[in-house]
Amino acid sequence: MKRDLLLEIGVEEMPAGFMAPCLADIKELAQKKLTESRIAAERIDSYGTPRRIVLYVQGVDEMQQAAVTVKRGPKKTAAFDAEGQPTKAVQGFARGQGLTVEALEIREEDGVEYMTAVKEEPASPVAQLLPGLLTDIITALSFPKSMRWGAYQMRFARPIRWLLALYGEDEVALAIENVNSGRLTRGHRFLAPKEREVSSIPQYFDIMREAYVVLDPGERKGMIREQVRACAAARGFRAMENEELLEEVNYLLEYPTAFLGEFSPAYLTVPAEVLSTSMIEHQRYFPVYDENGALQAGFVGVRNGGGEALDIVRAGNQRVLKARLEDALFFWKEDCKKDMDELVEALRSVTYHEKLGSTYQRVQRLERLAVIVGHELGLSEAAALKRAARLCKADLQSSMVYEFPELQGIMGRYYAKEHHEPEAVSEAIAEHYMPRFAGDALPTTESGRVLALTDKFDHMTGCFAIGIRPTGSQDPYAMRRNALGLVSIVLDAALDFDLLPLLEKAYQGFKDFELQKSAAECGGELLDFIKLRMRGMLIDRGLPYDIIDGVLALDSSNLFDLHRRMEEIDAFREGGPWEDFMVVYNRSQRLSKDWSLTDVHPERFEHETETVLWQSVSALSTCFDAMLARREYEAILQRLAAVRPALDTFFDAVMVMAEDEAVKANRLSMLRHIAGMANAVADFSKLVR
Amino acid sequence: MNFQEIILRLQEFWGERGCILQQPYDVEKGAGTMNPATFLRCLGPEPWNVAYVEPSRRPTDGRYGENPNRLQHYYQFQVILKPSPDDVLELYMESLRRLGIEPEQHDIRLVEDNWESPTLGAWGLGWEVWLDGMEITQFTYFQQCGGIDCYPVSAEITYGIERIAMYIQNRESVYDIEWVNGISYGDVHHQSEVDYSTYNFEAADLKTLSTMFALCEEEARRVIELKLPQPAYDYVLKCSHLFNLLDARGAISVTERTAYVLKIRNLARQVALAYLEQREHMGYPLLKNKPEGEA
Repeated sequence: MKRDLLLEIGVEEMPAGFMAPCLADIKELAQKKLTESRIAAERIDSYGTPRRIVLYVQGVDEMQQAAVTVKRGPKKTAAFDAEGQPTKAVQGFARGQGLTVEALEIREEDGVEYMTAVKEEPASPVAQLLPGLLTDIITALSFPKSMRWGAYQMRFARPIRWLLALYGEDEVALAIENVNSGRLTRGHRFLAPKEREVSSIPQYFDIMREAYVVLDPGERKGMIREQVRACAAARGFRAMENEELLEEVNYLLEYPTAFLGEFSPAYLTVPAEVLSTSMIEHQRYFPVYDENGALQAGFVGVRNGGGEALDIVRAGNQRVLKARLEDALFFWKEDCKKDMDELVEALRSVTYHEKLGSTYQRVQRLERLAVIVGHELGLSEAAALKRAARLCKADLQSSMVYEFPELQGIMGRYYAKEHHEPEAVSEAIAEHYMPRFAGDALPTTESGRVLALTDKFDHMTGCFAIGIRPTGSQDPYAMRRNALGLVSIVLDAALDFDLLPLLEKAYQGFKDFELQKSAAECGGELLDFIKLRMRGMLIDRGLPYDIIDGVLALDSSNLFDLHRRMEEIDAFREGGPWEDFMVVYNRSQRLSKDWSLTDVHPERFEHETETVLWQSVSALSTCFDAMLARREYEAILQRLAAVRPALDTFFDAVMVMAEDEAVKANRLSMLRHIAGMANAVADFSKLVR
Repeated sequence: MNFQEIILRLQEFWGERGCILQQPYDVEKGAGTMNPATFLRCLGPEPWNVAYVEPSRRPTDGRYGENPNRLQHYYQFQVILKPSPDDVLELYMESLRRLGIEPEQHDIRLVEDNWESPTLGAWGLGWEVWLDGMEITQFTYFQQCGGIDCYPVSAEITYGIERIAMYIQNRESVYDIEWVNGISYGDVHHQSEVDYSTYNFEAADLKTLSTMFALCEEEARRVIELKLPQPAYDYVLKCSHLFNLLDARGAISVTERTAYVLKIRNLARQVALAYLEQREHMGYPLLKNKPEGEA
């Protein structure tokens, strides 16, 4: 027989960000605990709102599964002495297993007889096990931050206030601190506050529906999404699609009702990003846009409850937003009055890092390095770049960025525009933080790209030079994001340059500071770190890891070129005569890998297959350097693959390791020529097929 | 409902529920939490239920009386319930009804907000309470004070009474709140807001403030040695306020800031330890008032 199991942990309002991980955890924990307890179940689900964490297990067996444990003890021959009395060894073993020596069985394994403890664990009724099992699940839940309350010892994300636990129609009795489980639940805090008795699990779900609780987060989120869209559409607007916001709003309520609010169009003089950030960050509203993407003087809010007194709720929210926007307008006006060069000067008093001086010093480094990087990347005009480097951190001194740090760069662009800086300057300021997160847009202007790279070179070099490296999940200086951003920019814009010399130039900018690492150490470690991030990124993009590893093993810091090699090898492996190439590579590499190249003397060839092979190799050798310089990697592999017939007949006809040293040297050197050309493309020994 | 009625009703409500109605503490401070009736009483095993209005000073928030929402001096209505009762949120919601706010008619939301005071070495977990999108209360379960674990745990409810009054009276500016018949909040406080903003941002003498900070710090240290926790705490509070004034004058750089905060935190911690030692020595007198049968 099977029954369903339901656990509802009634809590005070949980932090929105904790809920999705918690619901995943409780499912996993239930799975683990049920398996450990040998309880079969058909399906495990979890649901939740800010006020409840619900575990719903369907088709739970009524009896635990029986288990037999078999433990091998001493050999039979070592178990009894000459008189047939049990030895110390077997007595100890039996005692350890909680059995008498007589109760041990003799079992044979590979022809040897062992004294064996065979224990049958009796199967218990599941109803008896559930209190312990559910208690374990609740206490095993962990959160990024947990707390105590009252005079209790328990730690949880927020206080636990009730527990509902049903197995079929029976209560499961458990207690967490002073809270005893039962069959009582509560609905929406205000719309259905009375305790309700639950007679069965199906009835629980009915009660929740009546009591203004949409239990399933997926269903609730769908409702919010639809309502927000509909509210905006009713006025011809389009609400911002923002998954992160939607997710948070979803866990701030049990029953959603969206409403459209308005604010005075006078506030639209403030940059749109400021208004939308204020709406999202402070109020969790969805900003609305017209079909051209222009921000409109409205918003969609979502209330926790039904349609009652919605006008009061709307009016209240509009008033709050007005006060917020009034503040934003004030900051905007004040900030626009400030001279950008003076803001830069004020960065002298802002510490960038205690070992790396002020943000002003950082700006000075960026000004110098940006020009070098720009030159290296063939930037035609450096004036805008220099100016942008000077101003790119100015907005850190504005009230707006103090209030909304995520607007750094974006505000800088607005202030630069207000102060009539050229567009190339304002764009580069905005773009130099890009990409801000995985999947974010990349810089599109030349100066923006150069400044974005410069910013990352400087930041990463400084941190590595004083020994800051990300460890485990700890990456407070966002090195991983910086490295990924750097690689994304280089690959996206096909920037063809060697990274290492620029990292050394970046290092020179820190000469006034006390550093832990030398320029060579710092550059080397940083390059390895960047390559590692590049590896992860390209695996995510679908390139085979072995090709990536084979290429990254090359001693090169030209990321664009390395990437191109990977793509061409990948294409060749999928569509070219790959097997032929690998035979050529393996046969030539294996024998010749420790051989130092010597001149090949055709006059000493003993067999015509040698002549044929050498002709084939020489033909490729003569154009090889040019092909390599033109980066015709796929073509090189094609040509090498074409050497296979000549190589095969050569191996069939001659012994490479001839007794005559001169003959042997000739043959090994030919192979070395072939392998050397392959090795110049990638380290193919890292490839798995 | 005018401003003083709001205060009276909250006092009445919490008084009925067994809170001692204390009065503001007579040293400048940034928040009701810094009143010894919270900071010290939340420490140790003794139960404690109290409610009081606390004038709170935030020099950097001064706006010369020009911003309708920001003040460098405002009032908090503070409630401490130690240990936090199981129905503490229900109690709080009832208190809103006493102010005429019927939760069913509004959108009341508890949004995660974790409170921390680096200078006091204090932190707790809880929420901002939103009334139709406006933060009206800060609700915190104290976890640490002066770097010491709080046990049992206190619930701290801090009502922003100006905001509640603006909402109830439907006023756009804090200065338009009716305090009592014919007298507005602005009548009582506007000029002092202007004057204090001028003082905090322009007139305060940096040298004097720095000297005073050093003197207060030294006095706090000396009095801690004498094992007089509350007198010592007065000087810690003075240090904290002087630090805020220096900060408002832009006289504290980022690195200096850390050093100031650390100094005050260390003093607060020593006061907390001295207080705990004293209460232990006294045999925790308030534990006697516990109902029979509680462990």
